[in-house]
Order: sequence, then structure tokens, then C-alpha cells
Amino acid sequence: MADLSTDFVGIKSPNPFWLASAPPTDKEYNVRRAFEAGWGGVVWKTLGLDPNIVNVNGPRYGAIWGADRRLLGLNNIELITDRPLEVNLREIKSVKRDYPDRAMVVSLMVPCEEDAWKFILPLVEETGADGIELNFGCPHGMSERGMGSAVGQVPEYIEMVARWCKQNTRMPVIVKLTPNITDIRYPARAAKAGGADAVSLINTVSSITSVDLDRMSPEPMIDGKGSHGGYCGPAVKPIALNMVAEIARDVETAGMPISGIGGVTTWRDAAEFLALGAGNVQVCTAAMTYGFKVVQEMITGLSEWMDEKGYESVADVTGRAVPNVTDWQYLNLNYVAKAKIDQEACIKCGRCYAACEDTSHQAISMSPDRVFEVIDEECVACNLCVNVCPVEGCITMEPLAAGEVDPRTGEVVDPNYANWTTHPNNPGAVKAAE
Amino acid sequence: MSNTPLTPGVVAGRLGPEDYDKNFADAYPPLDPHEALVAADRCYFCHDAPCIAACPTEIDIPLFIRQIQTGMPKAAGKTIFEQNILGGMCARVCPTETLCEGACVREAAEGKPVKIGHLQRYATDTVMGIGSHPFARAPSTGLVVAVVGAGPSGLACAHRLAMYGHDVVVMDAREKPGGLNEYGIATYKTPDGFAQAEVDWLLGIGGITIKTGVRLGRELALAELREDFDAVFLAIGLAGVNALRAEGEAHDHVHDAVDFIAELRQSPDRRQIAVGRRVVVIGGGMTAVDAAVQAKLLGAEHVTMVYRRDRSRMSASQHEQLHAVSKGVQIITDATPLRVLGDGAVSGVEFAYTSEGADGLETIGAPFVVPADQVFKAIGQKLEAAPGGLEIDGSKIAVTGSGRTSLTGVWAGGDCAVGGDDLTVTAVAEGRDAAEDIHAELMAASRVAAE
Repeated sequence: MADLSTDFVGIKSPNPFWLASAPPTDKEYNVRRAFEAGWGGVVWKTLGLDPNIVNVNGPRYGAIWGADRRLLGLNNIELITDRPLEVNLREIKSVKRDYPDRAMVVSLMVPCEEDAWKFILPLVEETGADGIELNFGCPHGMSERGMGSAVGQVPEYIEMVARWCKQNTRMPVIVKLTPNITDIRYPARAAKAGGADAVSLINTVSSITSVDLDRMSPEPMIDGKGSHGGYCGPAVKPIALNMVAEIARDVETAGMPISGIGGVTTWRDAAEFLALGAGNVQVCTAAMTYGFKVVQEMITGLSEWMDEKGYESVADVTGRAVPNVTDWQYLNLNYVAKAKIDQEACIKCGRCYAACEDTSHQAISMSPDRVFEVIDEECVACNLCVNVCPVEGCITMEPLAAGEVDPRTGEVVDPNYANWTTHPNNPGAVKAAE
Repeated sequence: MSNTPLTPGVVAGRLGPEDYDKNFADAYPPLDPHEALVAADRCYFCHDAPCIAACPTEIDIPLFIRQIQTGMPKAAGKTIFEQNILGGMCARVCPTETLCEGACVREAAEGKPVKIGHLQRYATDTVMGIGSHPFARAPSTGLVVAVVGAGPSGLACAHRLAMYGHDVVVMDAREKPGGLNEYGIATYKTPDGFAQAEVDWLLGIGGITIKTGVRLGRELALAELREDFDAVFLAIGLAGVNALRAEGEAHDHVHDAVDFIAELRQSPDRRQIAVGRRVVVIGGGMTAVDAAVQAKLLGAEHVTMVYRRDRSRMSASQHEQLHAVSKGVQIITDATPLRVLGDGAVSGVEFAYTSEGADGLETIGAPFVVPADQVFKAIGQKLEAAPGGLEIDGSKIAVTGSGRTSLTGVWAGGDCAVGGDDLTVTAVAEGRDAAEDIHAELMAASRVAAE
């Protein structure tokens, strides 16, 4: 049996599945239920200074659905905890005392003044919490008040606050990053420079989920008006994966612990985050959609997969795929593939044909009796046919072996690796030594 | 009355009042909006979709399903009606498993086609529920076309001609318009007066006059119609019924299935309709199934459908056969009737088993008797009283192209004309296409006249 327990910057938990700082971790009742359901840890919903903030009294969430109303993306305009600081601290202490083996991290968001941090850090430390997460990510409401993503978008502030925290507490400091920036590496580097122990990402993406076309208002709508919110759930996973990988492979931040967040819905999503460098994952939307029980599928799925692959611990998986994340310019231009359609599996819907004929390279032929075949002379192996085919595995990309002739270019496939940096069409190409 | 399914003879009121309501209610209830969205989402929006090619009226099925998917069932309905103005009825009675749904790539892939028929009903019900007619008439041409027969073919032809601005007079021998939609389809497929509601809705285009109770060869003569109208479209269906040509056919309680079906459709109180305790239906088509199933639904204890060839040759679709069996109808195949037994009233039918021989069907083995106190004949209809002067091909009116008969200015379509599968949807397609041809012809002629 694979060992799912993790030690993330000194914070131990029985499995790598933490509940992210969000409504599910806003109070003792929920967190106790989460721990009973099997969650390895929680990041308690963000605490702020009293007087506690208030929330809107209308819809806080908007959603995007797939067929049969499968929730694909969730957007929220909820702020940090709207309960008094003392209540939260008392409850955190109570839960941590009863679940000493679970990770208890507390999310914090106070003004960008050292005194504010000096005030709150000892209070959190006193609860017995295992660590803190600095909420520099929240893109709505709090950011208008100079907190949340307003801090996360300025690397200098990140560094400054991270340093204050490291100086004023013994607890590990995790900096939660906002994706609402141009290059995720800069805030990550700033967190590192400030002495943070880890980063967690991504927070939610600024978004408007939809527009009510009768009222002409964004959703969720409050009294005829809407405000941008933070987008999360399965839809944001690709964005999150890239940002995690960017930090994992950046020379300045490589090796810095990462807590992966963004659309983790199944064990497989979690495994992908781990492979791209995360030491654990945080989950919110999946729990908000299906309840706490989903963690059981995540635990058993990850464990079974690790057993099949022979990974003994979560640390074994972390970062496995990072060496294979590269820049476009280093991709092998001598790698040549062709689409191949399995005629047995083909159901003759013609979507590959429509996609290729109308929008790509006219590399699929259609016979009067609806047989679809790839024209190797035209196929550039773009993969669009694979992506639009409704039958999994029906169309595959088959590499040409070295020495074969590519019917499209008439050139023999070169066995050697060669990329753009040395390509003759590249004006900046470095000439090979003669 | 306290009759039960076990009461001997042919009697009415075998069931309780609520049983009749239940048995003859909509057999396939409509999809609700969410079900429609889920069903629509299964469509792959195929390129050059096979379902379109499989539809005799060539409805753009992927388009209308995508319109449902995007919350526009009215637009979906209009897409359907542009090709098939009787898309509402077709959604209810088409043998979709042999047409669009049989061609659906998901049928090939997983044996579960997209529910095209149900989705079509959802879209057409939405449009028809609005009340207003979705199409506008072109300015009047001043031309008048006679359509003989107010069944699916005649109505489709009339509507298309009216859209083009022609005036149309539709004549029918029966009391009500609708043809087989009104008289020839099982009640549970089209309950709640749908056929008449559909005719009324279709007439919303304007320019169409319906005259009922007038029959070709009685009140109407083709020669006069050709004189009085700019064009004539014959959609007279198959009014004759094939005889068994077996001894004893004249016994009491031996009926044509089409009459039984019509009586059921027109009856204000199905409790008044007498049905046998043991019923035999002879035939293997949709009419036979409709009669057999409804006999069962009226409370007959035993209903046996007997077809002379093997199951694969039955013109009733697989779906219909399964429906019959699920209602408790027993199906015997490869048996042909020899004699109808009885003394005054029928007491049974003697059959012989058959086998496909070199010279057609041969009887084999010892005959057997199926006891019966009521027999329905459903062995096909035939063209009756075709007007003289029309070329006949086999047993139907010969046509070329889009329904042109051997007489100038006379078109024909639907069951009475050669070609097609004698389905509602084929009749609609033929009526529509004839209308297009009539319109083109009339416009060409009026251009010549103007020059």
C-alpha cells in the first residue's frame, strides 16, 4: 500500500488532500465533519481583523454547467470570514485539539501594516495551528480595500509581508498566489525572497460567469447589478497546472514547496498537480459540489494508482513530470506524427472531417459510404481530429520512425533531436560548429 | 354492465372506466425541458448527418437538436416544419428506429440513438403550443389548386402551395380532414384530438379551404377538376381493403382492422366498443399491430396476431412488434389462414404453417385452429376507384419525377401513388415535393402567358 501521508513544510497530514480556505472551512461544525470524512487537513477560511466583514445577502455564487447540469466552473463574490476573530480562534483551537494528526493551517488577511500582522500572528499561534497561509489572492471585495490580490499583484508587497510573518511567528508561512497577473514566477520569487516556506496556488480567477439577458446584469445578480467574482472548479485546472509547473521549473523557485490548488475534482487531478511539482493539493469546489465524501474516492484512487505504478510515497510522485515541461523552442522539430483512424472503432459521425476540412489542413477524406481516412500527404498531426472525436482512442497520433519518409514534406525523418534554436528558418539560430 | 375480459363472446365494457383512460392515454409522454436538454446534448452534430439522409422529408436534425440544446425550441420547431409541416404527427408515428434513429451514429456505437423522435415532438409541441402559425403566405397568385384527399400528403401539398400564394381547395370523402392521421392510427399514439388540432394549426397559413364528404367518382370527377382548377393533386390513399379470400370470411364478427381502428378513434366512449374475449388479427403490418394492441387494451383476454411469412418480413417495425408483445399480444408467424370457422358467428380460424418455396409460399404440415370470437383482417389496403384515364403501375397511380401522373396538370402522391413506403412521413414528403413542382410549373406557365 502506498503511503499517502505527507510532511509539507513540517506540517504533517495523513493524506495530501486538504480543504482549501473557503466556505467549507469557515467553522468548527464543517471542519469536524470534513475530518470525520477523511480529509487530511484544512486551511481555515481567511481570518481578518475585527470588526468582521459582512457579506452580501443575495446570491454569492454563479456557475457554468455542462450536460445534465454537471458543474464545470463556480464563481463567488463571498469575502473572508464574516464571523468575529475570537469565535474563529476558539473553534480552531478546539478542532486542532481533537484532531492532532490533521493539518490545521489558518488563512490570514489583514492590512499591509506590520502591526496588524504582529497583532494577529500570536493569536493564531496560540490555537495550536500548524501553519498560516497568507491570502494574497482573493480578487474581489477585499482587493478594493488594498488586501487580497491587491497585495498579490505587487511582488514587493508579497516579499514584505512574508518577511514580517517569518519574523513574527514560528509557524510555517505559505503564500497563496493570485492567478490574476501576467507572470506567476514574479510573485513566487518574491515569496521566496521574503522567506516564505511555500506557495499555494492558484486562488480564483477574476470572472463574470454569465449575463442575465433579460435584466442585462452579470450573474450572480444582487438587486439588478453584479460584480466580478473569483472563478474556480474544473474549468480553471489547466490554468492552475501551468502556473504550478512554471514555479516548479523556474531556476529561482525550483524546489520550493507548492500546495496545488485549482479544480482538483478527482484523484487523477491531484496526481497531475503532484507530478507538476505540488507537494499536496487543496480542494474546494469538488467538496462544495458533492460534499465531503469525495475525498474517499480521491484517497483510494491515488493510492491504487500509486500502487500500480510502484510509487511508495507522495514525495515519490511530486515533480515527476517537471523535467518534461519545457519551452516551445526546445521541442523536437524532427518528431513527425500522423493521425490514424481506427476504422473498427469509428462510428462515422464525420466530426473529424468537418473539423479538418473546414478549419484545418484538409487532411481527412470522406467517401460516399462515410469512410473517413487520413491523407498523410496533408496531415500535420495537429491533434484536432483526436480532440473532436467522440470515441476515445479511435483516432491516435502515430509517430513516424526515423528513416521513414514524411509524405507531406517528402523528407526522411531524422533520428536526431533538433529544435528551433538551431533551425535554419530561425534568424537567431546558433550555427552548429563547422 | 359487469363484463370482464373473461366474458364470452363479443361484448363492450370489459374494463372499469379508469382502465380505458389509462390504456388509451399518450403511450409515450413528452419530454420535460430538462430531459430535452439532456437528450439533445447527446447529439454529435455529425457532418452530413446520416439521420438527415434517413428522413424521407430530410429534416435538418442536427440543427434542430442544437437549437433545442441552446434553449431555442421554437427555432428548432421551425427548422422541422420548414421540411415537414406535419412534423408533429411524424414525431409521434414515425418508425424512427428504421429511419433517423436507425441511422444515428450512436445507434451504431452503443445501441442507444439520440431520441430524435422525442426531441422532434418537444420542438413541434412548443411551436404548436404558441397558437400562431410560424409561416407567412406569399402574395396571392390568383391561381387555385385542387387537392383530393386531406391526409398527410394532401395537407402537406396544400400547405406548401398556400405558402407560395396559391389558393387551395382540399376535398375529402370522410367527415373530417386528416386521412389516416385521423382515422388510421392507434388512439394511444395520438390522443387528445391531436390530429384535428394539427390540421387546424396547419390551416393557419390561410388560403386553404377544406371540403369534406365529397368523394372522387361520386361528387367529384377528375375531368371537371382539371377544368375548374389550375392544377390537381391526387392524394386519395388506399380506400380499398384486401380480402382474405378464405372460406367463411362473411361470418359475423369478422371485420376489417382499419374500420375497427377508425371506430376507436372516433368513439366518444370506448366502453361502448365491443371486443371479443378471443381475438385473432390476420396480418403483419402497423395496422395489424394497432388493431391487436387496442383489442387487448379494450380488455380482450387473448389476442393473437398471425402473419403468413417470417418475422423479418413483417412490415410492422421491431419496436411495434415489441410493443404488441409487451401488451400481451401473441404473435404467430409463418401461418396462413385457410378457413374462417363458425356457424353464423365466427368461432375460430384454421391456419396452415407455411414455408418459403421456389414458387412462393407453400403450406406445410397439419392445419391448426386458433379459437376466436372476433377476427380482424389487416392484410393490406388497395387503391379503389382510381379515375379513368390515369396510367396505373401495378396497383397504384403511375408517377414520374415529383408526382407527375400521365395526365397533364394532374399530380399524385401519398399511398395512392407508386413509390414510397406507405408511411406518414413519405406521404408528407411526396405532397411537399409535388407542391414544389406544381408551383414551378404554374409560375412557368404564367410567365409564358405574360409574355
